[in-house]
Order: sequence, then C-alpha cells, then structure tokens
Amino acid sequence: MALKTEPFAINLGPLHPSTHGVFRMRATMDGEVIVDLEPVFGYLHRGIEKLAEGRTYKQNIPFTDRLDYISSMSNGLPYVMAVEKLAGIAVPERAEYLRVIMAELQRIVNHLIAVGTLANDLGAFQTPFLYMFRERERIIDLFEMVCGQRLLYNYMRFGGVSHDIPDEFLPALKKLLNRLPGFIAEYDQLLAENEILLARTKGIGILPKKLAINSSASGPVLRASGVKWDIRKADPYSVYDRFEFDIPTGSAGDCYDRYRIKIAEMLQSIRIIEQAIEQLPPGKVWNKVPLRLRPPVGEAFAHIEAPKGELGFYVVSDGSEKPYRFHVRASTLINLTALRDMIVGWKLADAIVIFGSIDICLGEVDR
Amino acid sequence: MTLALTASEIATRLKEGFADIIVEAGPDSLLVKSESLLDIASFLKTEPGLDFNYLVHITAVDYSDYFELVYHLVSLKHNHNLMIKARCYDREAPTVPSLVSLWRGAELQEREIFDLMGIRFYGHPNMKRIFLWEGFPGHPLRRDFANGA
Repeated sequence: MALKTEPFAINLGPLHPSTHGVFRMRATMDGEVIVDLEPVFGYLHRGIEKLAEGRTYKQNIPFTDRLDYISSMSNGLPYVMAVEKLAGIAVPERAEYLRVIMAELQRIVNHLIAVGTLANDLGAFQTPFLYMFRERERIIDLFEMVCGQRLLYNYMRFGGVSHDIPDEFLPALKKLLNRLPGFIAEYDQLLAENEILLARTKGIGILPKKLAINSSASGPVLRASGVKWDIRKADPYSVYDRFEFDIPTGSAGDCYDRYRIKIAEMLQSIRIIEQAIEQLPPGKVWNKVPLRLRPPVGEAFAHIEAPKGELGFYVVSDGSEKPYRFHVRASTLINLTALRDMIVGWKLADAIVIFGSIDICLGEVDR
Repeated sequence: MTLALTASEIATRLKEGFADIIVEAGPDSLLVKSESLLDIASFLKTEPGLDFNYLVHITAVDYSDYFELVYHLVSLKHNHNLMIKARCYDREAPTVPSLVSLWRGAELQEREIFDLMGIRFYGHPNMKRIFLWEGFPGHPLRRDFANGA
C-alpha cells in the first residue's frame, strides 16, 4: 500500500535562538526538505522613520544607533553625512579620521559577532562565541573610553564627532592592533578547516552572482558571490580615498564564502586603522553648528559601506527644524530578498545556517 | 572610476525614444511620468552604455499634493548612478507599476512602501503589508497620519 504524504508547515520563530532577534520563517516541508519559505517581518517595527519626522535633526542621531544595534557606531555616519550634504556643513580633518577609525573598529566588532553566532548556529554552542566576545570586549573598552558608552554610542555629530579621543586611547588601540591579527588567525585556524563547519557550509545556500546583483544584495553577501563592489572604493566618502586596502571577494557565493569574507575584511580593517593612526592630524573634532539646525529646502542621500551592507539615508528638508522625510536604506532587509531562493531545496537544519550566514540585525530590518 | 553620466546626459540619450515621458531633468535626477516607469526602467537596465543593473533603493515621499517615488539606480559596470522620480497624484488609490520584474531587489521595498505609504504597485507578485498587520487602520508614513511624538 502506498503511503499518502502531504507537505506540512513549520513555524520558525519569532522567538527562536537562530533568528538573532524576532524574525519568523514559515517553512513548508516535504519530509526534511524545505519546498517553500515565507519570511515574516515586523515584530520589531518601532516606526523609527515616522518618529524621526516629529523630532529635530539632532534628536534623530540616537535613533540611528537603535537600527543595527550591533554596530551602532557606524550607523550614525550616513545620517550625519546626509544632513551635512543638505546643510553644507564642513567636517574637520581630524573628525573624518576618527570617524574612519571608529567605523572600522565597528566592522571588526560586527564581524566577530557574525562569525561567533554563525558558529553558534552550527552547533558549536557558545564556545567560539565567547572567544569572539573576548576581543570584542577590548574594542568596546576603547569605545567607552571615547564616548562613555558601551553599546549605543551616539558619537557622530553634524560637523564632526562628539568627543576627541583621550590620551590613553591611541596606545591602547595600537596594543590591540598588534594582538588582533594573531587572534583572528587563531579563530580562523579553529574554524576554517573544521570538518563540521566545512561540511555544513561549503556549497550550501548558494546565491548566484546574477541573483545577488538583481536582488540588490550588498556588503559581504554581495561580495561573497563574486561581485567586487564596495562603497568605500566605488563612491569614496569621508577620507577613505587616502587609504590602501583590498576588497576581498568570494567565488561560490555559499555560506562558507560569506564566512571567509568576514575574516578577510577584519584584516583589511586593521590595515585601514593602522594607516589612519599614522595620518591622524591634530586639530578640533567638531565644527560648531546651530543646535536648532534648519537645513535649506532640498533632499540628500548619503550611503556608507556598513559592516552588514550598504546603509543609506535619504533625508528631505522643508526648511524647518524637523526632517520632512527620513528614509533608511536598510541593507539587512534588502539582503533578505533572496532568502527564499537560497533556502528552498535545502534541509531545515541548513536553513538556520544559511540565514545565519547572511548576518542581519532585526533592529534594522524592521526599523 | 569609469565614466560618470549626469542625469541631463542620460536625458539626452533618452530623448529619442522617450521624449514625451520625461517631465524634468535635474542635475542628478530625472522626473518621469509614472505610467511609463516600467518602459524607461527596462531601457535604463538593458541599454548598452547605461547598464543600470543594480537598484540601490526605493522610497516614497508624501508631499500632500502628490506622492513622489524615488528610485536610486547604479551601474556596477560603469559606476554611474541616477535617481528617477515619478509622481502619483491620486490620494485615494495611488498606483504605480512594480519593478520587481526587472529588479528582484524591489520586492520587499515595494511592500514596505505599500504598507507605510499606501501606494499600490501593480504587477507585484505578493502585494501585502510587510511590517504592520492586515487590518491596521491607515498608512503611517503619510503626512496626515497623526504623529504622536
């Protein structure tokens, strides 16, 4: 007698440890294989774009920290860049360098967490994750030294940054930069040729180059698929055109490439920070701007290569002290466009890994 | 860096086939008629020399008299970018063509605009709310929606 089978739906999330927040995937299963997948968003939607329309330009800077709260240091950068463009505010040289140093440190923090949580999703429960947190802690200490905060920094300002670095910052940073490559090599040694990691990530969750471009993927996800596209090189902002660094790219576009690219990017970030320390000019870090800033009527778009992808802000001014429109080009939401294509056909256990390798933050996906 | 085309240069190239649908050409943006959006977008995507193969983002702004849709395109091949805008004057049931058939990247963003701004994209494979629940009254990003800040 033939057995009658039928597809059934499995609900992953919104409260599931592998979703890295509150995200839901509704998977239709044929046995162990996923035949259809529908992502469900909105569990962390706070209406930040609407709230921002009711607050002054400066009051909105802390909101940007709360988008991708893993890397809140660099989140404010495209917003202040957009408003600076709109209002024609100049930024002192020293502040530009500090922005670059902080943004690159933030990239290292983000990639450490991304690699740590990926290992966590693979079943290496907590151990690699805590290794990564050891180094993250050192960088968070540096951030605390600069602005007094450990998670939501509120550091970027129109016309500069909020604080200059204290005297003990640079020696501590240099000491850290000497340690970091060794630690990153150690993690890579533990993970890159680990049999379980290879078996679970190599060739799995492939995002073809064509689809990566067509679905507007950005950041490490796009580059892992073999597209050499980095805003820092393609449309250099701040002082990125003064540094020498490479853009690592993958070739297969699988989970393994998305993991490798993060390790390679951390090493490039160290290179950038080293050059920035060397070139760091003296001077002030903030050009005074009016507290109640009223940019002229117009619109501006600014974007940066944030750790998770291209983060952009589109700001429209009507000449008042509040933005008329405040739009976030959220890289992580757009990176999830091709999620279904990457997961369908793989087993449920692979779905967790594929999703983890994209590296998202729900604060930015749902806003 | 490769060649960078300004919007007026692109407008000149578009004039031959699309003379009647360009409303205005600014320094880095083109305002086009919303009903012809799909034609002009597919031309920009496929025309050799333009090759706008990457859709950076889509957003919409409510100017009270009309909705303005903003499309930001980039060519990864030539590294030039362009902003296309289209206006929609109908407040009751605003509709514009969906660009999902050209760029899959539009899929979630068009759903977001529908959810928060209430603009319907025809031709979209799955036009439903994305962040808010079905039955939520109104579209919060419209200017006439109360802002309880």
